Amino acid sequence: MSSVVSGVLQEYGNDAGRLMDILLDIQAENGYISDEDITGIATGLDMSTADVEQTVSFYHFFARKPMAKYNVYLNNSAIAVLMGREKIAEAFERESGCKFGEVSEDGLISLEDCADIGMADQEPAALINGLVFPNLTGFLVKELVRDMRKGVSVDELRAHGLGDGMNNSQHLKATVNNNIRKKGAVIFSEYQAGSALDKVKSDRMSPEQLIELVKQSGLRGRGGAGFPTAMKWDFCRKAQGEKKYIFCNADEGEPGTFKDRVILTERPRLIFDGMALAGYAVGAHKGILYVRYEYMYMKHYLESVLTEMRNEGALGKKVNGIDGFDFEIRIQYGAGAYVCGEESALIESAEGKRGEPRDRPPFPVEKGYRGMPTVINNVETLCSVAKLVTNGVEWFKSLGTGQSTGTKLLSISGDVKYPGVYEVEWGFSINDILEMSGGDPATVQAVQVGGPSGSCVGPNEFERTISYEDLSTGGSMMVIGEQHDLLQDVVLNFTEFFIDESCGSCSTCRALAVMYKKTLEKVLSGGGRRKDIDAMLSWSPIGKASRCGLGQTAMNPICTSIKNFRYLYEGHIKNANEQYEGGFDIAKAVADSCEVVGRRPNL
Amino acid sequence: MSEFVSFKIDGKQCMGRAGEYITEAAERNNIYIPTLCDYKGTAPKASCRVCTVKVNGRVMTSCTTPLQEGMEIENETAEIQDIRSGIIELLFAEGNHLCPSCEKSGSCELQALGYRFRMMVPRFPYLFPVREIDASHPKLIKDHNRCILCKRCVRVMKDEKGRSFFAFYKRGAKLEITIAPELADKITDEVAQQAMDVCPTGALLKKRKGWDVPVGKRLFDMKPIGSEFEQVK
Ligand SMILES: Cc1cc2nc3c(=O)[nH]c(=O)nc-3n(C[C@H](O)[C@H](O)[C@H](O)COP(=O)(O)O)c2cc1C
Ligand code: SF4
Ligand code: SF4
Ligand code: SF4
Ligand code: FES
Repeated sequence: MSSVVSGVLQEYGNDAGRLMDILLDIQAENGYISDEDITGIATGLDMSTADVEQTVSFYHFFARKPMAKYNVYLNNSAIAVLMGREKIAEAFERESGCKFGEVSEDGLISLEDCADIGMADQEPAALINGLVFPNLTGFLVKELVRDMRKGVSVDELRAHGLGDGMNNSQHLKATVNNNIRKKGAVIFSEYQAGSALDKVKSDRMSPEQLIELVKQSGLRGRGGAGFPTAMKWDFCRKAQGEKKYIFCNADEGEPGTFKDRVILTERPRLIFDGMALAGYAVGAHKGILYVRYEYMYMKHYLESVLTEMRNEGALGKKVNGIDGFDFEIRIQYGAGAYVCGEESALIESAEGKRGEPRDRPPFPVEKGYRGMPTVINNVETLCSVAKLVTNGVEWFKSLGTGQSTGTKLLSISGDVKYPGVYEVEWGFSINDILEMSGGDPATVQAVQVGGPSGSCVGPNEFERTISYEDLSTGGSMMVIGEQHDLLQDVVLNFTEFFIDESCGSCSTCRALAVMYKKTLEKVLSGGGRRKDIDAMLSWSPIGKASRCGLGQTAMNPICTSIKNFRYLYEGHIKNANEQYEGGFDIAKAVADSCEVVGRRPNL
Repeated sequence: MSEFVSFKIDGKQCMGRAGEYITEAAERNNIYIPTLCDYKGTAPKASCRVCTVKVNGRVMTSCTTPLQEGMEIENETAEIQDIRSGIIELLFAEGNHLCPSCEKSGSCELQALGYRFRMMVPRFPYLFPVREIDASHPKLIKDHNRCILCKRCVRVMKDEKGRSFFAFYKRGAKLEITIAPELADKITDEVAQQAMDVCPTGALLKKRKGWDVPVGKRLFDMKPIGSEFEQVK
């Protein structure tokens, strides 16, 4: 066993439940995870190598081969494509002399694709050795590769410009921009660190009273599903368990969403205070912030905030001087898997396993992390709690609409003048949003609300509003201009995203998404029939029988666009009245078989 | 022992133990719910989705849902049966299933469900994937063309230390089954036979012995899948 492996194993007490951290640390040290490392880990943790490999191979960013000195992962999400990703890919290939999926001959540069990296407001963007390089241009790529050839370190590569706000700070030094376009009352208004817990202390609020307060506020989860937060906490408080856990979900994998990135950058204390409140409410002493790998550049920064909190007594024993309330927080990083944002997959991943969602019941509030009652909340939800405790329920309820109280952060990207994060009160219409962000209603073809798993909405529905009552969303708004091919560049891209990101466990997700892709491609290539369009709609109940939201919504890009843009599909159907199968190209089939037997086709 | 509760399947009044899985409760009442990935005595991991039912109007898998008093379960409605046949068609179209040349033919649960649901031509395009047949192992043949990724082998087959012989590798459409190389010599003839028996399809076959059950005596030759319950009716 190498000394790196044995050291790392020792650091985590040979606990298989920390396999993610073990792998991340080994990769950080050696650049990749070797066969020998796998054997060492398996021996140390009393697992089979296949067991270790089953976790490693699940995640996009674990490398099993020695990597290049500079590893470029270029985002290929739909927004990146709309913003000119292909030109950037060509520039990288031209400058580095290797293709995507390869390492350059001198071992200096490797090029890989990756899914959305949470930078839709500053695409095209790439991760290079874990650091983000947004707003790429052909020129910038040329300079980057030139500097790589000179051996400039990745740290120095970012010299061409740090971002705004805390991105510019000592611990972050990130090239990322916040792009906060509109500050609202809840998340981006001023917050005095610790004040939510001060309030709990000064009002002598009991955990039950805190839950009641959250209930009164009408707060619902901001992660997409909109579950009432107080109800979740109450279930967990009442559940039996030696220990309880609070998870903050900062996986933010839904393409087109990046608002949690900005909260993590600008309001980390609000998040951590929110986690402590949740812990106080349910009786948990441990919180885990699960952050997507793509935000690794924030690691030191977030750790430094936690250290500061420990020094101030805002974490540890008797948090904020509240008797009997001990609370600690640790950060858990992922390694590239969208499905890990699903709450039970997130727990599996934090337990060192593949991010395969669990069957429910039991729900995490009964049996979650390490089998104990666990609350999982989105970043924005926990921040809202901290604010509403500080400023009061009436204040919170005065914001938004009747059923949707408070504010919502929107991540707006695509064909608008001002992509970025907007904090708005619930009840905004899509038209309002376009106006606010500088989208031109005359040239907007569609708005994808809620990411790929949401719906593709056309101009006839732009009066609809963002609220739990109407268009409920985690906040992703992708604006697609008329110059783009909606089906090819967006719908197909989203469908491929689900294929790549499915954990593969359910037949109805793993295989059905592929069937959708095949059939869409058939239609796009001109071989489709009208019945193919109807068939795709009719498969939807099969996908809905999947275990988690990913498989249950993987057909949405296709099904919602058929519903709202059927004419685009019909436009590809050549012989509208033909009934016979159209996907078969006889000329090509004859050519293929002739090639096999070495003859020349005579058609 | 937990208490008995009453519930309904397709309107029929039934009794079962609170907390047992719906599959078990149905069996107790001689009602067949098709399953594929479920394996008696091993914790379920609902991956095939064939046992899908509606419980009080919600789509659930019966192999993982504990029974509760008063549940109204839809089992053989047209809607549910269509989802199930869709799933079976999906599994056939996803892999390469050439039954006449498959040793498991006649004893294969996937094939048996294909018959039961009277599958003719799948509604989906055949993917004809290029997949490996791995015969490198001394005792086992692993034919990825027939693997439906039900995870039974992963969940059931462990050595004395609880280490897995089989595991998943990768994810999504690239998902496949691997065998831990260092445990290979622990796979004796008995373990290989057990793995073959655990596998519902012909994806795991024991080497050096084959086709030893004559046609007519195979698992489903005389008793189609599910018939053990329906005869009692
Ligand atoms: C495939 C999938 C991905 C998800 N990704 C996220 C995510 O990145 N962040 C998040 O907060 N919730 C995500 N969710 C929702 C979570 O499962 C969960 O509902 C949420 O974290 C609960 O927090 P809330 O009640 O505060 O909204 C995802 C769900 C699914 C099905
Ligand atoms: S629906 Fe898809 S992602 Fe979710 S558990 Fe099933 S296979 Fe995995
Ligand atoms: S595994 Fe079953 S369905 Fe597949 S070829 Fe063999 S007998 Fe047929
Ligand atoms: S090899 Fe057999 S038991 Fe294992 S996952 Fe595949 S089909 Fe299931
Ligand atoms: S038997 Fe229940 S999901 Fe497979």
